[in-house]
Amino acid sequence: MPHIDAAYNLARWMTRDGADAEDVVQEAYLRAFKFFDGFHGGDSRSWLLKIVRNTCYSWLQKNRGLLAMAEFDEELHGAESRDAEAELIGKIDSRVLKPLLDELPLEFREVVILRELEGLSYKEIAGVADLPLGTVMSRLARARERLQSGLAAHLKGGSS
Amino acid sequence: MNCQSSKDLLNAYSDGELDLMNHLEIEKHLKACPACELAFENQVALRSALADESLYLRAPDGLRDRISGAIQPAEPPTTKGISIWRFAPVFATIVVMIVLIFVFLQTGSSNDDLLAGEIVSDHVRSMMANHLTDVPSSDQHTVKPWFEGKLDYSPPVVDLAAKGFPLVGGRLDYAASRPIAALVYQRHQHYINLFVFPSTGDVDGANRMAVRQGYNLIHWSRSGMTFWAVSDLNLNELQEFAQALQN
Repeated sequence: MPHIDAAYNLARWMTRDGADAEDVVQEAYLRAFKFFDGFHGGDSRSWLLKIVRNTCYSWLQKNRGLLAMAEFDEELHGAESRDAEAELIGKIDSRVLKPLLDELPLEFREVVILRELEGLSYKEIAGVADLPLGTVMSRLARARERLQSGLAAHLKGGSS
Repeated sequence: MNCQSSKDLLNAYSDGELDLMNHLEIEKHLKACPACELAFENQVALRSALADESLYLRAPDGLRDRISGAIQPAEPPTTKGISIWRFAPVFATIVVMIVLIFVFLQTGSSNDDLLAGEIVSDHVRSMMANHLTDVPSSDQHTVKPWFEGKLDYSPPVVDLAAKGFPLVGGRLDYAASRPIAALVYQRHQHYINLFVFPSTGDVDGANRMAVRQGYNLIHWSRSGMTFWAVSDLNLNELQEFAQALQN
């Protein structure tokens, strides 16, 4: 089963649940075999991840009535970037990152997973997530900003 | 470069997604600006923490079997004794493997494929980072000398305004593991990037076409130079452009 770790990792982060992720991955592989004709060469991992991602969205919609597409409130969260100035080098605990990643809005989370955990290029992410390149770039920037300020807040809380 | 534009491009910079000129500009800015340098270091720290093995959630062992079970035909054995259907899971797995091996062989890339990928990335980046030209000029006698000292060859530069493809300018870019010349032409609202660099072989090659991510590419070799034209322009007009250049 090629790319199954990549498929599961994406589904697991998107659904935030192990059993749900397994269901989604199974459905995605069945779709992949069914629609194999739709594969016109190119990178098979990106092709599969795109199917996993779409399966996740339809699954979330069906089972959790999706998440109102997390219209992200700029006003509310604009202030938090102040904290991002703190120095983080050598102070990041990966265990703290997990809940922070889980808290990211879905559309931020998926680009971070594809970029940082799967190592896809902007162009590949744009293909997998059906987004313009500029949107990939800005979502990634905002997601990282949120992670950094979350980490900074954690450091502050931990030291005081 | 100031702090605001550095901040805008910092993510693309640390992801290695910037064109050469912006990349160098940021590098220079970071050396001079401690605040931006800290922001960059923080990004690097965040990225290396995200690369931690514990965050990559691997598929549980049972999942593979579960999926191959779901993919195989669910026909029950109809005869007693050794039925061929008993081996159905094995056959199904073999078929799946063969199909997948085929997929992987297909996705293996030739040099031209790799280069085409790089060329399209360069083109996309030149549009994305608002960095189409280093030397904006429609005058071939301004553009050509600009490359002098920046490259170890001199790219042929012609203005094709008379044929409906005005020259917009030139840019230094990077592909095929070397700095290369990018000439920018325009057709109505569309831009064409023409990448020019010395050929590795000395044979002249006829036009070859490719489509990548919706962009059309034509490449050919002539007089020791290799040319790659890439654009979102339709293939007919791009061919017209290639012909205009070759005449």
